[in-house]
Amino acid sequence: MTPEQLARLAGELDGVDVVHNAEKWPVKGTRAEKRAERAVAGWFVLSALTGLGFVVAFIAWPHEYVSPFEPGYRMYSLYTPVVGFLFGMSVLALGIGVVAYVKKFFPDEVSVQERHDGRSPEVDRRTVVAQLTSAGKSTGIARRKLITRSAGAAAGLLGVGLGVAAIGPLVRNPWKGGDDAALWVTGWRPENGETVYLRRDTGILDEISRVRPEDMEPGSMETVFPFRESERGNEEALLHAQRASDAPVMLIRLRPGTPTIKRAGQEDFNYGDFYAFSKVCSHLGCPTSLYEAQDNRILCPCHQSQFLATEYARPVFGPATRPLAQLPITVDSEGYFVARSDFIEAIGPAFWERRP
Amino acid sequence: MSALTTSTTSPGGLAGKAAAGLDELDQRLHPAAGLRKQFNKVFPTHWSFMLGEVALYSFIILLVSGTYLALFFDPSMVEVVYDGPFDNLRGVHMSRAYESALELSFEVRGGLFVRQVHHWAALLFVASMVAHMFRTFFTGAFRKPRETNWIIGILLIFMGMMEGFTGYSLPDDLLSGVGLRIASGFILSIPVAGTWVHFALFGGEFPGTEIIPRLYIVHVFLLPGILLALIGVHLGLVWYQKHTQYPGPGRTENNVVGVRILPVFAAKGGAFFAVTAGVIAILGGVFQINGIWNLGPYDPSHISAGSQPDWYMLFSEGMARIFPPWEIYLFGKYTIPAAFWATVAFLPVLFVVAGAYPAIERRMTGDNALHNLLQRPRDVPVRTSLGVMGITFYVWLVLCGINDWIAYFFHVSLNATTWAGRIGILVLPPIAYWVTYRICIGLQKADRAVLEHGIETGIIKRLPHGEFIEVHQPLGGVDSHGHPIPLAYQGAPVPKRMNQLGSAGAPVSGSLIKPDPLDETEALARARAEAHHAELEAREERQQLELSGRPEAGRPKDSTD
Ligand code: HEM
Ligand code: FES
Repeated sequence: MTPEQLARLAGELDGVDVVHNAEKWPVKGTRAEKRAERAVAGWFVLSALTGLGFVVAFIAWPHEYVSPFEPGYRMYSLYTPVVGFLFGMSVLALGIGVVAYVKKFFPDEVSVQERHDGRSPEVDRRTVVAQLTSAGKSTGIARRKLITRSAGAAAGLLGVGLGVAAIGPLVRNPWKGGDDAALWVTGWRPENGETVYLRRDTGILDEISRVRPEDMEPGSMETVFPFRESERGNEEALLHAQRASDAPVMLIRLRPGTPTIKRAGQEDFNYGDFYAFSKVCSHLGCPTSLYEAQDNRILCPCHQSQFLATEYARPVFGPATRPLAQLPITVDSEGYFVARSDFIEAIGPAFWERRP
Repeated sequence: MSALTTSTTSPGGLAGKAAAGLDELDQRLHPAAGLRKQFNKVFPTHWSFMLGEVALYSFIILLVSGTYLALFFDPSMVEVVYDGPFDNLRGVHMSRAYESALELSFEVRGGLFVRQVHHWAALLFVASMVAHMFRTFFTGAFRKPRETNWIIGILLIFMGMMEGFTGYSLPDDLLSGVGLRIASGFILSIPVAGTWVHFALFGGEFPGTEIIPRLYIVHVFLLPGILLALIGVHLGLVWYQKHTQYPGPGRTENNVVGVRILPVFAAKGGAFFAVTAGVIAILGGVFQINGIWNLGPYDPSHISAGSQPDWYMLFSEGMARIFPPWEIYLFGKYTIPAAFWATVAFLPVLFVVAGAYPAIERRMTGDNALHNLLQRPRDVPVRTSLGVMGITFYVWLVLCGINDWIAYFFHVSLNATTWAGRIGILVLPPIAYWVTYRICIGLQKADRAVLEHGIETGIIKRLPHGEFIEVHQPLGGVDSHGHPIPLAYQGAPVPKRMNQLGSAGAPVSGSLIKPDPLDETEALARARAEAHHAELEAREERQQLELSGRPEAGRPKDSTD
């Protein structure tokens, strides 16, 4: 058989009929063919050139960081675009070249193959079922209740055991410590009778700046964190106080004479026009960081819940349901703001055990 | 037999060596028949079948680029003070994870490029999966016997989103942290078990130091492994069940019309991989994405306004934004947070409904047959309208997820956009359903009109009694009275313009500047026509042989697949 006949037989053996497989260039050496050849080669040449460019740029282009204010910044900032573009172009041109080659030179093919879907022949279906039943019968598994049950118990218990062993080490009791459990208390809780001051967010960890009423303009807001004198100089404790997710508080000074409504049980939590609310949104926990002094609204940028600072930070718009927790504050003898106690409710997003 | 086995090529040379190599292999694993069958496999071709391929190629790029990142990234929550080249953050306390992501961006040569390639590939991965899903949905490719692959696909999209979310949570920058904070709120909101699940996952209160290392192993091992396995099964099933095809000449429920794996499909597949990789690399090089150094390390008291998750998470963000504050308190002791409904309760519903759709449709239509021919969306108006309704719902949620940007750019009040979101999510999907339904019916009628009367030629004729008519070109010829013979609709596109019948002729062969010599062009056309003729004749001959009981030349009788 000739190779062509063999190739055709290859198709026929697998139920494939190549109905159309016309050569693209039956007349050799036409101008059109040469043009097609050059077009394909062009893409490969482009690929080779950009590939070379990529290697050169990757090695030789200045890649070390230069700040925007120093000379050489422009070149540095172009490193990634140049390297990426050359590399991408090289790969892309390679791909386009192959596509062009297929389009311009591969024979135009239409093949037809039969499908064989649907059910298997009856003999196969019936024999496989028979095989299963006979395997079941010969082992007697259906009659031996004692064995099936005990084997089931063994597999089940082992499975449960494995599950417990896998999950067990992950489980932590959220309610360890009872009333002092992590979700009930925050970094504002006084310990050993030590005063908890309000320190402002200066961006520098060991620059302690406690807040006094006269520091704040009416209609302004500051983010504050708990600070204890014993933590001065202790970088780890300071960092912890600032990065704990339940610590940030907004200290707001309302304009004098703004009418307010207080929540029952929180009538004395403010100090004059100063109100301190947890910054952790009661919806899903983002920092509610936008305070608009005109209408005294606190806006959470995550899902746009809005809270009214003049009415115990109760939600007035958006998906949040509960007011932001209020921190009871006062001013100590030196004139600094201090927390009188921890929050009286769990702050932030709600959970099943949170009492309404 | 000997005619088959004796080599017909001259020994030696490349072909001879290849044959010898194959023979060695065959003696050990005898793959010859199996390989031939796979090389012979016929694949139907259509551009829309490429969407799934793009998803596959982006996944491969994710594996490669991700592995490279993992050589440098360190998922550690140890506190460090940054002392690298980037001035703005020098002296800032941060986690080692964030520091190593900065090192990748500023110090590893080409590291920023690979990070950006990884991120762009992730976006493209999910996007192409979603586009692929819509293709299979609107053409009915998910119908029996391919429901399994539909469900695997839904799982893949879900896992892909989770993979993406765990990925952008890793660098521990401000955006990562805010995303994780919200996820922590999701988990806490689960009734009864929420706090326990949260403490198990985070090892305590948010954020703790355990979540990033855990997300890391999930991101680089667990989910990629699951994705890889699911993709393997998905492609295996496509191969085994054979691809669907659009209706067209010679195409039936019982055959596949297209190209064989060798050579065309394989060459094109490899080429498209290169094209996908090239496009992603250019995106990753030229368009900056997730500049983690801009926002600084995660700090629970900070947030930047307008920070948005990657696009595929926006819809859940949108739902969280517009869902009304409906909180449930039980027995004065327990709380079901409002956020629960919009997040943990809503997401699974979406994926379960999507996964169950083939079963629902089979139930409602009572159609239990096997389908290998695809449908045109217009021919199944109810499904198409449901699909558009779903897309409207989804896109509306995405828009709700960026309502702060919309309010900012169009100077409308934020609260108005929220209310528009709430009302729109109820009103727009039904409208979309109705409009799509009308459009489908209209398109169906237009197809039928052409099949009955022919294509509008644009030629206006005045009849003797003064009436103006437009001349139509019938597709099926005319009867003895000169009336067009109506054709039956076959589920395939119907030509609507004369050019589609070739009325504009073919372009002249030549370069931009000058045409090719006429004799060459004519010789080519003649040779092609002759080859075509020869093909047709040979085919007829073979069919004749078959009809007259051709000796079965070794054709297997129980050709199973
Ligand atoms: C085996 C596969 C993968 C590995 C080994 C891997 C590895 C990594 C590593 C080490 C990082 C952190 C480095 C950095 O942020 O710069 C990362 C980030 C990321 N990964 Fe993956 N990844 C894989 C697959 C995926 C997939 C399938 C997706 C998406 C569907 C994805 C999406 C992301 C995203 C969005 C980021 C954040 C990138 C950024 O910071 O700009 N990854 N991946
Ligand atoms: S987290 Fe504040 S509105 Fe959702």
